[in-house]
Amino acid sequence: MSTLTAGGGSSSGTGPRRGNSSIDGPSIQRQSARYGERLVMGFLISSAGLSVIVTVGIVVALLVPALEFFREVSVWDFLFGTRWAPTFANSDFGVLPLITGTFWTTVIGLALAVPVGLGTAVYLAEYARPRVRKTFKPALEVLAGIPSVVYGYFALAFVAPVVLNNLLSLEVGTYSVLAAGLVLGIMIIPTIASLSEDALTAVPQDLRQGSLALGANRMRTTLRVVFPAAISGIAASIVLGLSRAVGETMIVALAAGTQARMVDSPTSNGQTMTGFIAQTATGESTPGTLTYNTLFAVGLLLFVITLIINIISIRLVQRFREAY
Amino acid sequence: MSLFSTRTATPQTGPTMAPTPDSAAPSEPAGTGQNRPRPDPLADQRHKLADKPVPVIDCENVDIYYSDFRAVSDVTMVFGVNEITALIGPSGCGKSTVLRSLNRMNDLIPGARVTGCISYHEQDIYGPDVDPIEVRRRIGMVFQKPNPFPKSIYANIAYGPKVIGMDVKNMDDIVEEALTRAALWDEVKDKLKQSAYGLSGGQQQRLCIARTIAVQPEVILMDEPCSALDPIATARIEDLMDELREEYTIIIVTHNMQQAARVADRTAFFTARPSEDTGDRTGQLVEYDATRKMFSNPGDQRTEDYISGRFG
Amino acid sequence: MATIGAVATAPLRAGRAGERSGTSIGFLVALWAALAFALVCLATLLVTAFIDGYPRLDGALFTRYSSRVIPETAGARAAILGSMMVIVTTALMAIPLGVAAAVYLEEFADPRRWFNKLIEVNLQNLAAVPAIVYGMLTAGFALTVGLPRRVVLSGAIALALLILPVIIITTREALRSVPAEIRQGSLALGATPLQTVWRQTLPSALPGVATGTILALSRALGEAAPLLLLGGLVFVTYDPNGLMSGFTTLPIQIFSWTGQPQVEFRQVASAAIIVLLGLLLVMNALAIVIRNRYQRHW
Repeated sequence: MSTLTAGGGSSSGTGPRRGNSSIDGPSIQRQSARYGERLVMGFLISSAGLSVIVTVGIVVALLVPALEFFREVSVWDFLFGTRWAPTFANSDFGVLPLITGTFWTTVIGLALAVPVGLGTAVYLAEYARPRVRKTFKPALEVLAGIPSVVYGYFALAFVAPVVLNNLLSLEVGTYSVLAAGLVLGIMIIPTIASLSEDALTAVPQDLRQGSLALGANRMRTTLRVVFPAAISGIAASIVLGLSRAVGETMIVALAAGTQARMVDSPTSNGQTMTGFIAQTATGESTPGTLTYNTLFAVGLLLFVITLIINIISIRLVQRFREAY
Repeated sequence: MSLFSTRTATPQTGPTMAPTPDSAAPSEPAGTGQNRPRPDPLADQRHKLADKPVPVIDCENVDIYYSDFRAVSDVTMVFGVNEITALIGPSGCGKSTVLRSLNRMNDLIPGARVTGCISYHEQDIYGPDVDPIEVRRRIGMVFQKPNPFPKSIYANIAYGPKVIGMDVKNMDDIVEEALTRAALWDEVKDKLKQSAYGLSGGQQQRLCIARTIAVQPEVILMDEPCSALDPIATARIEDLMDELREEYTIIIVTHNMQQAARVADRTAFFTARPSEDTGDRTGQLVEYDATRKMFSNPGDQRTEDYISGRFG
Repeated sequence: MATIGAVATAPLRAGRAGERSGTSIGFLVALWAALAFALVCLATLLVTAFIDGYPRLDGALFTRYSSRVIPETAGARAAILGSMMVIVTTALMAIPLGVAAAVYLEEFADPRRWFNKLIEVNLQNLAAVPAIVYGMLTAGFALTVGLPRRVVLSGAIALALLILPVIIITTREALRSVPAEIRQGSLALGATPLQTVWRQTLPSALPGVATGTILALSRALGEAAPLLLLGGLVFVTYDPNGLMSGFTTLPIQIFSWTGQPQVEFRQVASAAIIVLLGLLLVMNALAIVIRNRYQRHW
């Protein structure tokens, strides 16, 4: 029992003794080995290291079948051939058609997403009253949270037949890179908008006030002062949007087409790298076969392309963070 | 009869323990503004200051570095048991650095290292076999800004004994004792389960002191404990320090000279000296003596200048 | 050349360079149009799915299995159960690993050491890798260790790896927001760093961690690409009955039905979309409620 004694009584529990001799001091050596804590720390460190293992795993998982693939198909033929017909009797493994498919959908997507995304960001950051911002930012977050397969459905069931064929009177088939690209663009609007908005709001008020004090109107201030100041963050957002567009699977698998061809116009159909992977994977793919290895060769190419894009984006984000 | 049962919420009632450090000279130390009531003779004898402090923490030629920057140079001093020692000096003179080194809280700053010897009861606290956790259990710390945990008042006090594995027969008793010793029990005894954030600043700081007391340390370090508090709360904490001296050793950093004169038995004056090569300011100990002597008849001119307000 | 006197005495009308100028107004209209466009897209998408799918929101959707030939009575029962089972398994794997990694990186790792910097960059990279690549990783991994590809466990592994970087990043931010004084107060009492994290820092950061985790799981719920590579999931007509059972999920089922030529399959696909969006709405609402009610503002 602990006591409410005045000073000088003995203390309860385990505590240091009070004494006048300095030799009586309690030990401050390590009391227990604390094995339990060491185990937990081991778990924590392994979890952190797991992320590195994952990256290594991705590279290995892609390389092993891809190297098998390149034993049968030369790298040159793969990268520069213009006919992609891996499952045909008279097979060809030139990946350029898939690259054109990815290229067209991505370009169309960015052509839509960049102006709309930046416009939305500028409006929300520079012009909108706080209440407007509070209402519409969640709407953007909802847009960002919609699964890509739902966007794919939207492209196939609505954009292609209703918007393109009826409203705009374009002659497109069921599948087209235009339909897929437009919806791809809609999907990455929130990515560009929210990151650009962060970049714009991070620009200090003094810059705006300096410009306004000189007599410039808000448009000039925004375009000539704020926008350039936020350019790293805005560039990072566009590059990130690009990365997402290149890597997106469901929309293009459903709406762009299933026949690989050298795409030369927006209204034609085509197949993207990701679309090919999705289509082949849903068929029966047995490990060890050429078809399986082809999958991974395309996957490797996809990974390398997005890796380069991501590295650029990370550098841009670092510069944006350093600026303020 | 327990001393503490006479404590009530208001300060300076009943027989108070005046914080004048020694009983010999009748005159007030120079520089103190407030007139405290004269202590009774019995209290005077209890607080007779020994000539030499009985060591509990001993610093010998201590230098403290942050990477290559020498923040504090060549400190040699002895902290006495059951005394209140104040570290004073202008800002940037390293007094907080010294304080944090005494319980190895400085370890948390990357690049911090200590050369020389800081020993606790003749054990080097930076020795190879020494566990900083054990050091901190013996030498506790109260911070400048009160930092209660986002839990109930009860849980704040109970946290320490629980995590250090103290042998606890009845946690309620421990909580009550700690809060009583920190002069907070009467104010919070009906709301132990409420959040600590509902208390005022002064109450929160006393809660932090109670929390520290609950793990039964021998030494309590206080880093400018009153600088975030109003004068009334400050006075309460100073009274509390005076009571705590019976059981614990207290080392306090303060930038308020009057506070040092009011509460401390001994005072150490630090200053910052620009180093010749880099221009960075390195802290050093100028003078360390009984507070009475420091304030009335300091040995070093720099101490005299600081105390009389010529710089600081 | 206007002299200073002339400019100063000119009337302060809204001029050509002011806020009312043609280009300024045009600019503002363009910005509104951008925002309106985004909102119209969102509204159209939701309305389309709802109108198409509403007629098929019947009991059959929830109780019957898919069919290759009769879309009118096809149901998403296998998909709904499969989604739930996979998400729970994913959560059980990803949350402990993600929180543990975040705790280590934020509380214990010295940020100046090179391998910690490597881990940081690595995480940012992994967060942007295409989802389908995670499927390829899992397929390769499953092959190497002899795990079957088409089972719940493999699917959960793929999704857990996908959302692990996100969980780590959001947990770190939540931990960062806990003030240093709390940690210092705990350490000064003689608690070990691990005790401090477990008893003070992590509980204080819990609302932020919960919000981030729920949002990451809701993303996993909607993903189909990583699971496609595990093969053969698009036509499953039984309930999943364990970690080693075959399965399908809502997004995959939607993908499969949407790709069918018959219009009726599109219809049941949009009904399944409504169910999926409903589940996501519940999860996101939960995350927002947690954030608003429990988030501590230090």
